[in-house]
Amino acid sequence: MTDAAVPTSAQALRHTVEARLKKRHAQEMRFRLYGRLAIIVALSFLALLIGRIVHQGYSTFVDYRISVPVYLDPARIDAADPTGANYDMMVAEAVLDKLDEQDDEFGRKAGKVMSIMSNDLGFQLLDQVRADPSLIGKTVTVTGPLKSDAALYFKGDIQRATPQDLRKLDDQQLDWLDKLQASGAVSSGFNIGFLTRSDSTEPEQAGVLGAIVGSAMMLLVTALLAVPIGVLAATYLEEFAPKNRWTDLIEVNINNLAAVPSIVYGLLGLAVFINWLAVPRSSPLVGGLVLALMALPTVIIATRSALKAVPPSIREAALGVGASRTQTVFHHVLPLAMPGVMTGAILSLAHALGETAPLLMIGMVSFVPGVPEGLTGAATVLPVQVFIWENASERGFHERTAAAIMVLLVFMIVMNLAAILVRRRFERRW
Amino acid sequence: MTNQRDDAMAHDAAAPVHIAVDRAHAAMPTTPAKIRARDVNVFYGEKQALFDVGLDVPANSVTALIGPSGCGKSTFLRSINRMNDTIPGARVTGRIELDGEDVNDRGIDPVVLRARVGMVFQKPNPFPKSIFENVAYGPRIHGLATSKSELEGVVESSLKRAGLWNEVADRLHQPGTGLSGGQQQRLVIARAIAVSPEVILMDEPCSALDPIATARIEELIDELRNQYCIVIVTHSMAQAARVSQKTAFFHLGKLVEAGPTGEIFTNPRDSRTQDYITGRFG
Repeated sequence: MTDAAVPTSAQALRHTVEARLKKRHAQEMRFRLYGRLAIIVALSFLALLIGRIVHQGYSTFVDYRISVPVYLDPARIDAADPTGANYDMMVAEAVLDKLDEQDDEFGRKAGKVMSIMSNDLGFQLLDQVRADPSLIGKTVTVTGPLKSDAALYFKGDIQRATPQDLRKLDDQQLDWLDKLQASGAVSSGFNIGFLTRSDSTEPEQAGVLGAIVGSAMMLLVTALLAVPIGVLAATYLEEFAPKNRWTDLIEVNINNLAAVPSIVYGLLGLAVFINWLAVPRSSPLVGGLVLALMALPTVIIATRSALKAVPPSIREAALGVGASRTQTVFHHVLPLAMPGVMTGAILSLAHALGETAPLLMIGMVSFVPGVPEGLTGAATVLPVQVFIWENASERGFHERTAAAIMVLLVFMIVMNLAAILVRRRFERRW
Repeated sequence: MTNQRDDAMAHDAAAPVHIAVDRAHAAMPTTPAKIRARDVNVFYGEKQALFDVGLDVPANSVTALIGPSGCGKSTFLRSINRMNDTIPGARVTGRIELDGEDVNDRGIDPVVLRARVGMVFQKPNPFPKSIFENVAYGPRIHGLATSKSELEGVVESSLKRAGLWNEVADRLHQPGTGLSGGQQQRLVIARAIAVSPEVILMDEPCSALDPIATARIEELIDELRNQYCIVIVTHSMAQAARVSQKTAFFHLGKLVEAGPTGEIFTNPRDSRTQDYITGRFG
């Protein structure tokens, strides 16, 4: 290179750089645009999903109740055995009285009334009479839900414009409902029953309490098993175990286990826990055991990466003042890894909370009309409750499915928020 | 320069490479050796990092290990308190004696050894705990203090000896990581002192510090010399000249030359030492 050539080549160089610069800027802009587009697409899908669920499910949280005074006719109730009386019929007759309707000899109108009144009203009367037999002969006012079809009419899902033979309620029933509402006997409000009742064959009486309690019990079992075992296993593998072919094999297997389809864990649970160890099927205990197996690899992987993120200088510092390896790990490394460990654990528990497939294999997909009686009692959980209701044919369960998903999502969001808070609260800098 | 290099090569070829020149025996016969290393080889897996190192470290003095990066000086330092044990695949052969006892002997527990031989690292590494907890940790795990007041006494005297007490006395319960770099390094020294070690190893303790903080640490090292045997690895020749009484020059995993600092810096015997201290390489 001669001296004369230097300035020209420098100029040429600058030109090339400037020409490329334009390209580089354009590339950068494009990349940002793609990034924003991707986020917009993702957010709109999320909004669509949640919007659809809320749209379908919010109406569950409004219910329509009716209050009717019912005369407890001593001629029809045997004080010695109040269970035998037909309370539903008494309710229906009381409603007909209110509507100034005369029933025919076959009781057709009473039958039609019964299909717009929940049988919960009759059960309430029975409970009251059982608790206090002196009520027989008096008039008692009961308040209870309308049948879900009737509520659907008030919510606008069943419309008069639909030809009569295509809807569940005929014109006369709709007239009665309008009349009852006009008379003030029907009231609407927040459907607390959805959160305080368990599953039922009648949509208007079905709630998620049993599923929530079942989920809580199952997660408790999962957390108590998966978190300590997973954290200790990860700590041993990361901090104590020699790095050789065996530990490599174990690591590969743990990573593979994290990717095994969850239904396989269900099959494993069925074969080992139920058939071999005779753990009661359909119980929170067996569900928790299966989900603990499933969550274990995730907890181990999260813990290992949290331990890896602790700077080696901390280990050297502790070893340097004469701490043993165990002291180094338990006094310094593990506490520093704790935010990461807890975040990983909570996220894997949130994942377990939403798991359905393995639970189908171990018999949790059953009709459980109550709160589980303990870890070995029959139980169902929120995602399985969603599955059961989605398969139900009655239209009232349709909105309940979406509402149960909403409840499940609320629990998920709470758990994820907890993970973020734990992270923020315990994060330390060094 | 080329000629000198060639001479060095010739010298190498002529003499067995592993015979390191330690003039300390002759120069300082009155000072007893606290640490005696003989034929020390260190391997990291297949790679050999130290070749037949033999060095005496006198008590109550500062010994500086100098040499270019990767020459094995830190490796040697870490084999004194067996910190190399924590590196998978690391293997040490030969003898390193502390008061005549081989530190690699089966009977020596590395935990006890590391309490006797404290260590200060390149980057200040206080625990992310309070200043008090940082210093109290060592005495606590070794059971050196029986009561809370005794522990407080140990913490105070350690911080005083590390020259940090006046700066932190009113904020002992604030995090040690909130201190400045130089303060953190003195805190780490206090933490090492708190377990009453006999030897303090320092691995480039000032390389992450500014000149003022460095000067404070150097002063501190000079004060500590009366009570402890100090071995310091440093990249700064000036620092070695300032703080040490004995200097050992390492090159390519071998101990090239060791002797009283004054002699090494004014009258090195080996041409490689001369090239290094005059800044021709490294």
